[in-house]
Amino acid sequence: MSGHNPSDVFELGILSVYVFLLAVILGLELVRRVSPLLHTPLMSLTNAISAISVVGGILIAGAAGVKPLPKVLGLIAVTAAMLNIVAGFMITDRMLKMFKRETGKGGKK
Amino acid sequence: METFLQSLWQYAYLLAAFATVFAIKWLNHPSTARRGVIVGEIGFALAIIGTLLRQEVVNYTGIAIALVIGAMIGAPMARLMPMTSVPQFTALSHAFGALAAALVGTAEYYLEPTAPTGFKMVALTIEVLLGFLTFTASLMAFGKLQGLVPSPPITYKGQNFVNLAFLGVGVVCGVWPIVTAAPDWVYPVFVLISLIFGVMFILPIGGGDMPTVIALLNSFAGASACAMGFTLENRLLIIAGALNAASGFILSVIMCKAMNRSFTNVLFGAFGQVQEKAGGKAEARPVRSASAEDAAMLLANASKVIIVPGYGMAVAQAQHKVRELTDQLVKRGVDVQFAIHPVAGRMPGHMNVLLAEADIPYDRLHEMEDINNEFAEADVALVIGANDVVNPAARHDKTSPIYGMPILDVDKARNVMVIKRSMNPGFAGIENELYYDPKCLMLFGDAKGFVSEIVKEVNAQSPVAA
Repeated sequence: MSGHNPSDVFELGILSVYVFLLAVILGLELVRRVSPLLHTPLMSLTNAISAISVVGGILIAGAAGVKPLPKVLGLIAVTAAMLNIVAGFMITDRMLKMFKRETGKGGKK
Repeated sequence: METFLQSLWQYAYLLAAFATVFAIKWLNHPSTARRGVIVGEIGFALAIIGTLLRQEVVNYTGIAIALVIGAMIGAPMARLMPMTSVPQFTALSHAFGALAAALVGTAEYYLEPTAPTGFKMVALTIEVLLGFLTFTASLMAFGKLQGLVPSPPITYKGQNFVNLAFLGVGVVCGVWPIVTAAPDWVYPVFVLISLIFGVMFILPIGGGDMPTVIALLNSFAGASACAMGFTLENRLLIIAGALNAASGFILSVIMCKAMNRSFTNVLFGAFGQVQEKAGGKAEARPVRSASAEDAAMLLANASKVIIVPGYGMAVAQAQHKVRELTDQLVKRGVDVQFAIHPVAGRMPGHMNVLLAEADIPYDRLHEMEDINNEFAEADVALVIGANDVVNPAARHDKTSPIYGMPILDVDKARNVMVIKRSMNPGFAGIENELYYDPKCLMLFGDAKGFVSEIVKEVNAQSPVAA
């Protein structure tokens, strides 16, 4: 992966665009299949997924010899993203726990 | 062995990417949905651990503290949140996720002010613009949903022009560093404009359009993370961000379709401020109102009842009383079903979550297309806190702002009952002609109080042989 020459950089960029397009198409198809019953949990799950930017935050804040400003910004980003991840997954799970099928009568646990 | 350890993170990322795909895939049905959440959590654990294993990462203390603080705020937030506040908390979560993406972008900018190549700088600009815009826009959405900011659209003359011009300046400031070396002030101005634009973007959007807007903000947060993937050459970020962006986008399209409105109309139409015009020519037409006693009688003697919940039910927190009513009616042999309009409430699927919270089994909850044919066989359609989604004007009145919107056909039922606080028009500020239909009974009162009175009456009138 190291020692980029210009054409490598281009190839990697193009490869990323392929990955991006396929992921978008996959996302559209997957979400189209989600029952409207679960649209709210879907939103809160994808909300947690958007906090994948935690990866970027760690890479910046954890690098050797990083300047103070990027480091602080990176750390705040890691905090905010982690908050988002934990809250997103927990809320999704809390909601999904409530969805029950009819069980005899009453539907109580 | 050493090279294996060095490339271990690559495998972790690969698995994490698969995990996010399956998390969404398994969310398509309630029976597999919780498995989806677990897989998603594993994926994120892999992503974080994998990143920490990378050779570039050498300082752990600060990161560990940041992760712990984030988790310590996020966990109680998720646990203590009342279920009725799901829309505003989702908005708040978007704000944090988007802020994280925007800050990383800003950090990258100051990390290598000389190096970013043209393409990466384009991605960085998109990342930062969407990130900061989504941050403030989500906070505004949170404010509107929580009642901290007035929910009706806030408009002024030439607003769209001002917004567009403002965004134009922002884009110039964003493109400048892509094209050539920019002075030091350009980037901070770009950040500031992105932040302010987020606020300006939400001001003219009314509370009832929040389902579309929250879904769109969700999409923006994902797109921002995806752009970050391009700047960092990180395909895990690209995949997760793209899945998220696609998901938010398609949800907002579904919401727009459910209202028969275009994106532009939702975002720039300032829908919901027509109140005054409509109120001007409001004439006093006769409506039939009824008491809880009458309502109970009709319901208990019906063989099929379809309940149509709306945002009013959420506001009154009436879902538990609705469950009691359902239980009582079911005990008396009444077939009770729920009809859920796609845009009922303040976010996609809002009503389903509320009713599930009240322990109403999900096999009783039905989408509009599935249940619309059944209204004709229903003895009673009971509308609780819904308004525009049951307005027959959407079918035939070409002058109505909601003309063409798919609605629930409650007027096809033998009897219609509407629980409503008063005759005030709903969110769209439109008179609802359903209320003047001769077979429609108005039940004036607070949804929670009224439903519990009906339950009492049902019990008093026809005790179940136990």
